[in-house]
Amino acid sequence: MNTKPEGCFSEEPVVIKTEALTRKYGKISAVDSMNLEVKEGEIFGLLGPNGAGKTTLISMLCTILKPTSGRASVNGFDIVKEPGKVRKSIGIVFQAPSVDDLLTGRENLQMHNLLFGVPREIRKQRIHEVLSIVNLEKRADDLVNTYSGGMRRRLELARGIMHHPKILFLDEPTLGLDPQTREHIWEYISDLAVKECMTVMLTTHYMEEAESLCDRVAIIDYGKIVVLDSPSELKNQIVGDVVKLKQRTPDTEALKKLEYVRKIEVKDGLLYLSIKDASKHLQDLLTHTGSIDFVEVRSGTLNDVFMHYTGREIREGEAEGGFWERMMKK
Amino acid sequence: MSEIEGIYAIWLREAKIYMREKERVISSIVSPLLWIFAFGAGVGSTVETVQGYSYQIFIYPGVVVMTVLFASLFYGVYIIWDRKLDFLKEVLVAPVSRASVFAGKALGGATDSMIQVVFLLIIGLFISVPLTPIVIIKAFLMLLLISIAMVSIGLVIGANLKSPEGFTLVINFVMWPMFFFSGALFPVSNLSGWLSAVTFINPLTYGVDAVRGIILGTHQFPIFLDVAVMLLFSLIAMGIGVLSFRRM
Repeated sequence: MNTKPEGCFSEEPVVIKTEALTRKYGKISAVDSMNLEVKEGEIFGLLGPNGAGKTTLISMLCTILKPTSGRASVNGFDIVKEPGKVRKSIGIVFQAPSVDDLLTGRENLQMHNLLFGVPREIRKQRIHEVLSIVNLEKRADDLVNTYSGGMRRRLELARGIMHHPKILFLDEPTLGLDPQTREHIWEYISDLAVKECMTVMLTTHYMEEAESLCDRVAIIDYGKIVVLDSPSELKNQIVGDVVKLKQRTPDTEALKKLEYVRKIEVKDGLLYLSIKDASKHLQDLLTHTGSIDFVEVRSGTLNDVFMHYTGREIREGEAEGGFWERMMKK
Repeated sequence: MSEIEGIYAIWLREAKIYMREKERVISSIVSPLLWIFAFGAGVGSTVETVQGYSYQIFIYPGVVVMTVLFASLFYGVYIIWDRKLDFLKEVLVAPVSRASVFAGKALGGATDSMIQVVFLLIIGLFISVPLTPIVIIKAFLMLLLISIAMVSIGLVIGANLKSPEGFTLVINFVMWPMFFFSGALFPVSNLSGWLSAVTFINPLTYGVDAVRGIILGTHQFPIFLDVAVMLLFSLIAMGIGVLSFRRM
């Protein structure tokens, strides 16, 4: 995870704060009375399936969308009363690419400089800096429509940090990218969070993304925060390890009494056990299961945490519904 | 200062995109050429003269205004595409006022139209339209005013609609009546009854009259009335435009 250089953040003040923040679409609450605090310097993840309210939350914090009720402040500025100040102090990378196809990478950055009032004397220098962070110097003067998906994302990252924002918002930063490119983008994100002393808030429905990138993760479902902690805490405290096994004669009574078994679930004739420390307790566990046909041990994932709280998985199929969701909106 | 830079940034983007999309430039030059050479020369062969000019020369100012009208109104569709492709988001979250965003877009659209005007003025020189430098400057300014009014209307429609198809439908209801009842193709002085009434309430009639007056010297209304009507019309259109952009 990211380690900040000394002197980057003296203390850790709260830079994003929401109080009972709510946004309704008709009767449905996309974001339902949410209370959240993000500290300076964190990489904070909002994890949840599509339609959970992540994008709605971020849109409100970026002042694109007005809340139905509740309050929120970003960098100390109220999102409803001082949207101009909020916008100046944040950088945003949207879910759908918003760089201009018919402009070159450099021209996109120049336009951003003008729109965000970057001082004239540092503009050139700054463009050079951000291009080198995302490694796009060589292609800077090509039209964006010749870029690959990963390069576009990098250009957007560069653009998002151009005006030295204190907070960078990333809405599904790696949606639709191949796994390799995705890992590269993660590197760039944690890299620039360190180099630019920034707080990062990102939404994702990729478990691995939240696990490898975020200091803290809020799991969101139906517009509410289900649970909030660091990925390792979430996994260790809540799930631990998962033991999947098949009993010859299904009987869970004995298992329920074991103190290290946290949760028992039966699915498709298989038994799923959440165990505090499987390497230590497996031997003992198997003496209580009776004879078994099959056993598999793996460490818990954020998906297990999500399932623990909601009783369902974040399925890729659901999550990739972004395209249709966008089509229906327009 | 930052507002002006914001306007400049948006205008610059529009101008660059326009120059890079060659189809846009070419298509907008071809149709006025057809009007002047095919329609003007064709109808001109059966009509003697109109107000002392050959028909081809008589409709020349009308065709120039028509080009501005079509190009400017249709420019509004790009706001819908920008929104559909999410390009507009970057601009909408920028710390510049919506009035500046509107101004940048409107100036961008007017630039598109005025580039076409320059082409048409050059063609005018070849078909012996009486163009002197003073006439060219005056006509250019008048056409710019018309263009800003029409771009604003296009942007208002674009900002309030969600689909390009819907835009085309709506714009046709605005564009064709405005064009036909503006006197671009015939003098409004000979009209009678309801037709005459319609032309009088059409703001574009005054724009056509002004441009024709500047280029050919044949006025229907006094020039200050023409300019006043277009100016008022532009201001109203821009006002509604800024309001529409605020709601976007």
